Amino acid sequence: MATEHQAGGDGTYYVPAQSKWPIVASIGLFLTMVGAGLMMNNMSAGGQSATGHYVFFAGALVMAYMLFGWFGDVVRESRAGLYSPQMDRSFRWGMGWFIFSEVMFFAAFFGALFFVRYYAVPWLGGEGEKGSSNMLWPGFEAAWPLMTNPDSETFPGPEKLVDPWTLPLINTILLVTSSFTCTKAHHALVADNRKSTQTWLAITLVLGAVFLVVQGYEYYHAYNDLGLTLNSGIYGSTFFMLTGFHGAHVTLGAIMLLVMFIRINKGHFTSKNHFGFEAAAWYWHFVDVVWIGLFLFVYVL
Amino acid sequence: MTDQTIGHVNDHDDSHADHGPPKGLMRWVLTTNHKDIGSMYMWFSFAMFLLGGAMAMVIRAELFQPGLQLVQPEFFNQMTTMHGLIMVFGAVMPAFVGLANWMIPMMIGAPDMALPRMNNWSFWILPFAFALLVSTLFMEGGGPNFGWTFYAPLSTDYAPPSTTFFIFAVHMMGVSSIMGAINVIATILNLRAPGMTLMKMPLFVWTWLITAYLLIAVMPVLAGVVTMMLMDIHFGTAFFNAGGGGDPVLFQHVFWFFGHPEVYIMILPAFGVVSQIIPAFSRKPLFGYTSMVYAVASIAFLSFIVWAHHMFTVGIPLVGEVFFMYATMLIAVPTGVKVFNWVATMFRGALTFETPMLFAVAFVVLFTIGGFSGLMLSIAPADFQYHDTYFVVAHFHYVLVPGAIFAIFAGVYYWLPKWTGHMYDAGLSKVHFWMSFIGMNLTFFPMHFVGLAGMPRRIPDYALQFADFNMIASIGGFMFGVTQLLFLFIVIKCVKGGPKAEAKPWEGAHGLEWMVPSPAPYHTFTTPPDVK
Repeated sequence: MATEHQAGGDGTYYVPAQSKWPIVASIGLFLTMVGAGLMMNNMSAGGQSATGHYVFFAGALVMAYMLFGWFGDVVRESRAGLYSPQMDRSFRWGMGWFIFSEVMFFAAFFGALFFVRYYAVPWLGGEGEKGSSNMLWPGFEAAWPLMTNPDSETFPGPEKLVDPWTLPLINTILLVTSSFTCTKAHHALVADNRKSTQTWLAITLVLGAVFLVVQGYEYYHAYNDLGLTLNSGIYGSTFFMLTGFHGAHVTLGAIMLLVMFIRINKGHFTSKNHFGFEAAAWYWHFVDVVWIGLFLFVYVL
Repeated sequence: MTDQTIGHVNDHDDSHADHGPPKGLMRWVLTTNHKDIGSMYMWFSFAMFLLGGAMAMVIRAELFQPGLQLVQPEFFNQMTTMHGLIMVFGAVMPAFVGLANWMIPMMIGAPDMALPRMNNWSFWILPFAFALLVSTLFMEGGGPNFGWTFYAPLSTDYAPPSTTFFIFAVHMMGVSSIMGAINVIATILNLRAPGMTLMKMPLFVWTWLITAYLLIAVMPVLAGVVTMMLMDIHFGTAFFNAGGGGDPVLFQHVFWFFGHPEVYIMILPAFGVVSQIIPAFSRKPLFGYTSMVYAVASIAFLSFIVWAHHMFTVGIPLVGEVFFMYATMLIAVPTGVKVFNWVATMFRGALTFETPMLFAVAFVVLFTIGGFSGLMLSIAPADFQYHDTYFVVAHFHYVLVPGAIFAIFAGVYYWLPKWTGHMYDAGLSKVHFWMSFIGMNLTFFPMHFVGLAGMPRRIPDYALQFADFNMIASIGGFMFGVTQLLFLFIVIKCVKGGPKAEAKPWEGAHGLEWMVPSPAPYHTFTTPPDVK
């Protein structure tokens, strides 16, 4: 791709030439979102239309094409030496504040959890300053975890809950360990020890994958043995939304690390210059920290 | 620094950089240039301003007289909802992002935005997002009809099926805003010219830096709340359903945790624009620069701990009412500092009243009126009377129309010579100002009275005693609306031609943006200037 400002070496900032990726990404995002909307509306209306699936799938394909192409361009530019240390700092600010925005996304769901737990549910049970809400369902008694919902017909409560000291504890150990192995991989990369980097990164990836398998089994267990579902009232809602979005982020982080693994195998990165790896590692530590919060506030306490 | 023009001087060692932009439509689609992207944001914003404005005209036409005459109540609800959504997310926010794109790199001596391709993505998401949002009006069951604040359960249990697409449109706007904000932060923190210390930055840059932090902090919360809605609608969760142990009030808490900082997202850059313009036409440095920076930061901080003042009547514990009441009142302190400083800047200045200054002075006076009505609303016991009346409508239109939108007009008139290389028709632009000024006051001032007398908002009909004031408001509204076509004409005329603009068309203006020629070259500051 032609560049207007060949830069980097002479101290000027790299401004890329025209790029098709933003418009491709916009179209991909649009198709994905419209497709998802069509699918959901069709599902809730009990329809049989498959249009939504096709649109969503087309959007996902466009998004995948865009991700390969766009990140491919960035990798090529980086390896061609077009980026200055100043460019590197732009990427660092960018990734850092992107992770902060993700933190705030989780904060919304944690906030919802704390609000229902400490205010909404006790008020429904007749406690506290807004205890008059109890008049809505006079027999309702507040408890957390909430096993019996005010309206048990629409929202049948869970029969049992996931025991924090079984699967979730295993997952905690897996994810915390993977944070350490990820750091080991980083240290090895800085020491220019490729073999060791590959090993530790592979271990990290395996730990992440096992985490996802365990979580998948936990969901299966919850739906089939415990009667804990999205429809089990506010406990199920907060449980599945928090752990589900976390699982999605683990998946994303694992994909990032996998790409880094492939790039390291291809001989990319130097001991000094490897922000792509660092960004993926930052992200991995972020999903680890979120999990600690989940383990404490969703499972244990 | 001297007043000499330095843009071309810096470019000469880079023979590629001097050439102009590529030709044709694809220039705009594929661009990575902050000036192109800034222009696209401004035009998009203006298109949305006219669309949202057209909806406001429908509302005012229906309210011209009591009784139902033009539209059905269902459609009226869709108009109030879409008018709010389009104006907030489509007109005001993109206009400020457009100004940021154009001006921040030039004000800090940067070659472009820090992440130029992502910059273009931030823009191009918007036409798709708004196409999706507006298309809901044509879907079965109609578009969103629950007000721009989309309170649950109106927006979940009782909402039309198109709400799903509304939710995804909001997600897209959020993605765009977050990426735009990240770009602004990376640009300001990383691309300042040598010598441009933080406390030397123009105030517009400061206000945008803080606005960008607000955006990154609250747009994900908006994404969170619409996701909860989506789950409640389609997947059987009970976030906003008390039958499952959830709480509709939870929606309001999460929404306003986003929503209150959001109103500062729409006004802080306006503060920045006005803080550039008032010193220029007072021919004095800005009074109290440092206190202005701290005031903006304080307002931003306070914006996170006042959200429940929107919810005084919904039933929150007394201690909450009191806390949120006093925290809200506290915002008047830094805001008062700012108004004082603007007035002190003008005090004993050599004032002239070119069009940007007219809009800026009107901003100071009228925004202050909106601020005072906000102070009245912040008094929890009084709010029980004002809540959901036209008094609230009057209040937030006073901070958004002569606040945010007048500041955008002021900024456009201030920087238009720099963008186009031409001076605009000064006489016509003053007509635009006075028509807008009179029109908006006629529209919104009477709303204070009908609101205090008890006229509820979002209702297509009203009691007979409100008829006269409503007719006045509608006449003012039509006047304001038609006047904006004049603005379009002035801008197009200026783009097409006009007297040549000097590099610094305003005698008292300061800053790096006036050191480059007019129109600004396609690439400015490929080598950073030295700021002394």
